[in-house]
Amino acid sequence: MQEFAVILLSATLVNNFVLVQFLGLCPFMGVSNKLETAIGMASATTFVLTLAAVSSYMVNTWILLPLGLEYLRTIAFILVIAVVVQFTKMFIEKTSPLLHRVLGVFLPLITTNCAVLGVALQNTAKVRSFMEASLYGLGAALGFSLVLILFSAMRERLAVADVPAPFRGAAIAMITAGLMSLAFMGFGGLV
Amino acid sequence: MLELISQSPIVAALVALGGMALVFGAALGFAAVKFKLEGDPLVAQIDALLPQTQCGQCGYPGCRPYAQAISEGDAINKCPPGGQATINALANLLAVPAPALDAEHGVEKTVKTVAYIREDECIGCTKCIQACPVDAILGAAKLMHTVIADECTGCDLCVEPCPVDCIDMLPVPTPLADWRWPAPPPPQQLWQSGSLIATDRPLGTTSP
Repeated sequence: MQEFAVILLSATLVNNFVLVQFLGLCPFMGVSNKLETAIGMASATTFVLTLAAVSSYMVNTWILLPLGLEYLRTIAFILVIAVVVQFTKMFIEKTSPLLHRVLGVFLPLITTNCAVLGVALQNTAKVRSFMEASLYGLGAALGFSLVLILFSAMRERLAVADVPAPFRGAAIAMITAGLMSLAFMGFGGLV
Repeated sequence: MLELISQSPIVAALVALGGMALVFGAALGFAAVKFKLEGDPLVAQIDALLPQTQCGQCGYPGCRPYAQAISEGDAINKCPPGGQATINALANLLAVPAPALDAEHGVEKTVKTVAYIREDECIGCTKCIQACPVDAILGAAKLMHTVIADECTGCDLCVEPCPVDCIDMLPVPTPLADWRWPAPPPPQQLWQSGSLIATDRPLGTTSP
């Protein structure tokens, strides 16, 4: 039980995918203008990341390893991720057309979110059990969601703050992201 | 067969990837049927909030084209028949601030009206029939026309084309079952007319 908690905590905070490993920066910068959009994106990515971690683990252990096809990992995982994202897109389009419109191009772009492929590849790099692999995916997703929502809340306040003219817009967002990354270094050594 | 797959790596790779593609394709095909969309659901949601008068006062041929335009980013305050209530409902659906009604497209009616043709003055020109968006006017050329009151949405579109000005917009009488006490006027207005209880005065004002 304890090692599960350690994996979850490590993926969420200590090895946070966005601020420590610098994966998945594109939606982090692109969809963080509004808090509501960020929450929608966070839940979509959480769903995709967890499901992709689970299914890529299954593909790796039950198909690729027995046949000795480890060299096909990347292409197989991309296939898995693309399918999961497409499924999520259909689901959101049906259940919440407005969220689908707001997320726009960033929803299919989850396919190329390197955090998703990163989780799948890191799971195979370390020998993990099924439970550990899925928890690592869930932890990574929770970490991504946490950071994305925190960051978008900050950007909403930055939009009305009195920022010096040269730093307005993307520049102050980059500085904020850098400071957040520094703050997350504080979690190093926690586990 | 199994021996062939395990013996030759290329066949194994082809079978593995092809098999995965087949399974995933089947899963996606199933999802596509399961989550099939009927039209654009956002347009349908917007259309359901519009009053369906089909009057064209927004500048579009009807309510559904206007719903389509809203979903593509047009302003939501172009519908006089719906008035402020429709604008508020649309703003709520789309999570945008609710603007006031755009006066360019007409003013909101306070009472519901229905068209009435003074039949002895009608010359039977059929111009109002062509103007009516909901086909609520009955008649033929050179014969008297009349309005089906239940179908009329009160959009005023038939008043303008009539060459003899024989169409009136009459307020719809309220049947006894639907009658309610009229709502009290807003406090500001009452206060100015001096007929308000002193403790009810709006915040920030003093006695007159």
